[in-house]
Amino acid sequence: MSSIDTLPTEANAQNDGPVLNYLNNGHGIRSWLLTKDHKRIAILYLISVSIFFTIGGIYALLIRINLLSPEGLFTPDTYNRIFTAHGVIMVFFFLVPAVPAILGNFLLPIMIGAKDLAFPKINLLSWYCYVVAAILALIAILGGGIDTGWTFYTPYSSSYSNSNVLLAGLAIFVAGFSSILTGINFIVTVHTMRAPGLTWFRLPLFIWAHYATALVIMLGTPVLAITVSLLALERVAHIGIFDPALGGDPVLFQHMFWFYSHPAVYIMVLPAMGVVSELIANMSRKSIFGYKLVAMSSLAIAVFGFVVWGHHLFVATQSVYLGIIFSFLSYAVAIPSAIKVFNWTATLYKSSISYDTPMLYGLGFIGLFVIGGMTGLFLAALGLDVHMTDTYFVIAHFHYVMVGGSLMGFLGGMHLWWGKITGRMYPEFWARAAMVIQFVGFNLTFFPQFILGYLGMPRRYATYPPEFQVLHVLSTAGATILGFGMLMTIVYFIWSLKKGQRATANPWGAAGLEWKTSSPPPTENFYTQPIVTTEVYDFEPVDKRDMFGEYGRPPQGVE
Amino acid sequence: MPGNLLHSAQHFALGPKIIGMSWMLPDQASTYAPDVDNLYMFLVGLTVVLTVIISGAILYFFTKYRRREHSDPIPAHIEGSVILETAWSVIPFIICLFIFAWGAKIYLEQYSIPNDALDVYVVGKQWMWKFQHPEGQREINELHIPVGKKIRFVMGTEDVIHSFFIPAFRMKEDVVPGPNRYSTVWAEATMTGKFHIFCAEYCGTGHSLMDGWVTVMSDKDYEDWLAGGSGTGTMAEKGAALFTQYGCVTCHRSDAQGQCPKLEGIYGKSQDLEGGTSVVANDDYIRESILSPMAKIVKGFKPVMPSFQGQVSEEQLQQLIAYIKSIGPPEEVGAKSVAGKDTTKAHGTGMGGPPIMMTGQTPANSK
Repeated sequence: MSSIDTLPTEANAQNDGPVLNYLNNGHGIRSWLLTKDHKRIAILYLISVSIFFTIGGIYALLIRINLLSPEGLFTPDTYNRIFTAHGVIMVFFFLVPAVPAILGNFLLPIMIGAKDLAFPKINLLSWYCYVVAAILALIAILGGGIDTGWTFYTPYSSSYSNSNVLLAGLAIFVAGFSSILTGINFIVTVHTMRAPGLTWFRLPLFIWAHYATALVIMLGTPVLAITVSLLALERVAHIGIFDPALGGDPVLFQHMFWFYSHPAVYIMVLPAMGVVSELIANMSRKSIFGYKLVAMSSLAIAVFGFVVWGHHLFVATQSVYLGIIFSFLSYAVAIPSAIKVFNWTATLYKSSISYDTPMLYGLGFIGLFVIGGMTGLFLAALGLDVHMTDTYFVIAHFHYVMVGGSLMGFLGGMHLWWGKITGRMYPEFWARAAMVIQFVGFNLTFFPQFILGYLGMPRRYATYPPEFQVLHVLSTAGATILGFGMLMTIVYFIWSLKKGQRATANPWGAAGLEWKTSSPPPTENFYTQPIVTTEVYDFEPVDKRDMFGEYGRPPQGVE
Repeated sequence: MPGNLLHSAQHFALGPKIIGMSWMLPDQASTYAPDVDNLYMFLVGLTVVLTVIISGAILYFFTKYRRREHSDPIPAHIEGSVILETAWSVIPFIICLFIFAWGAKIYLEQYSIPNDALDVYVVGKQWMWKFQHPEGQREINELHIPVGKKIRFVMGTEDVIHSFFIPAFRMKEDVVPGPNRYSTVWAEATMTGKFHIFCAEYCGTGHSLMDGWVTVMSDKDYEDWLAGGSGTGTMAEKGAALFTQYGCVTCHRSDAQGQCPKLEGIYGKSQDLEGGTSVVANDDYIRESILSPMAKIVKGFKPVMPSFQGQVSEEQLQQLIAYIKSIGPPEEVGAKSVAGKDTTKAHGTGMGGPPIMMTGQTPANSK
């Protein structure tokens, strides 16, 4: 350390990157599995979430293969287990943790100028919760499967299903604690560890979105844990809660389940919206139009998201008047999302737009989210929902929001910060090509499903009437293209780890504290305490060759 | 079965050739189907307009403000605009209110059960639909109804939640198990033909096999069909036999001398209960009284009735209710009348044309 020979110079930094960073500060498996560094925990999450995303994706392709034929290629029992596995894995082990636990964990402390999250050990514990939960889920899925759908509706799940409901419930219970621990950490960190001068309204919108998400996680996830526990009690001890044969009420389960699972939709999409704000601002070098309104709209979505769960029960014998109230509130939650879309678009006016991959994902997100959001208006309309609920229209709608929204946001963020995280840039040409392929494949997969749904094709059907086959085959063709695009991204990301170009501190000319330290950052994130004196998204000319950034230069470094 | 296959084949072969909007709309075969489709087409139009505006703006800015060089000047800061942001908060909100009201209006229509409807009793069971007509006909996965008559579907389930879905009618309602409720929904078919029945709520292994066909027939064909059915007595007659078989008759005596309330003339009438409340003796209440008799005790009587949960099947329950209804006052009262009004207004055809006769048309005199 103290020898002048080992100190970094600009010259050798160009070749090898910053000599000491969080990636090479400690070697061996123990240094990873016992790490308290939020950046290393983010990497642990990245690896484990990617594995489960791949498994969930394989199940998605199996669904599409089955539906090539009206008779189905698998037995109904097998198909029911396949779509349940796809839903459980993608919701609880990809969508919920993807953006917050990977990008949020890595970036939130750096963006606010902190050395780590407030509770580093709790952060590590949350990853272990995730791993335990994921392994339990995998045992449940591979050891016989679950056939209830990811919604676990009673009394089917509590009294009729002969599959691994209990084990899956336990997995979801434990996974919930993983989210809760991350949520606590984010809230405390944002409140107490902001750099000097970093006022609330100087926070990047990524932080606002994660703060709002953390609130939803903290308030909603315990209800999921309670619901799953009651389900287990009924299944094991036959205490009548949801099954009418035992004196329970099956619709009560739906209320409790959606009280978490509707806000959970916002857990999945709000962080991606935060990412998109960063993509749009940084790749167009312009502050987000109406920054304060966009920040507040995240909080509004978090609050309103808690009072719309009943729109899942319009045909579930819920009172008609309750249905009317929930429909009205559902339209209220649409407004903050619309505001975001308009403000993102207006940001582009008189900006300086880069054509690089992160921007393509950002703009792709907006386009797909417009369709995802608008079709939400269809489903919130009571008289229309009666016809469309539980059909492929719903499937298409939430995949436009979850895949077109959350996944596109996540991938855009991964490209924007890939150099920051790994120290290497991804190959631009292949990334643009993959993005376009994914965009085309996605639309071909899910657009036909809107039409299928309105024609009456119910969801969760292993077999279907032959007149629906053409649209199903189109959808499967699209899924194949989408899968190929995803495979491309995985391949060039892995390739870039060794062969990618070295990332400088700020390769995009972006604004934000994470761009004022080296790529990858040192374990402490910054060598000198950042002090914020400018407004958010204050772009200034950047030397793209600078390896260290304003706060990332090692103190012993050669000037 | 050959009929089904033929129908499917026709549908499959004809589907793509139909011009106009039929490739995106199923048959419009109920009075409220055109209303639902009008709102749908309005929203499709709105979505297209908004998508074109947003993507158009994005593509325009994307090409006009392209960054050529890393060293391009940093664009000037724009804070936002109170006027613009207010506009795009308030205008979408007003549009949303409009859609909300439109959707709610249709919903009230779908769930305002008319008083003068014909009843069809439906039982969902893993994995089939069973139907009973008051006249006594029983069917499985096939349902015959007359065109131009309001039909009230009174639905129970023997096991898990199912959902009764007829896409051509734009009609769906979950069938939820429980001692104290029936799921009730209604429709009036506007065209003869054969249409899909689906179970729309996942119910286990055979969920996708729990489908069937509703055949809408002309009045005359329906009369013929009823006459030629497996007539072993009306539902009320079967119910009367059960009333004796289960011993109900020993307590619920028609001379009001039994330990339990006399049931003649109670259907649709308000009953005073212990504790000062009252309840209308509709299908839900009678069902609950048979399955959980302790839930509501009629004023002046002792809680002596045993539960028949597990002894009486869903179909028998419906027969018992039909019997009690048959000895009730002549006028009939709907079970889940929301607004208390009869929605019998004639519907426009909507979308500028007659209902699309896409497929599934069976000749009016076929059976």
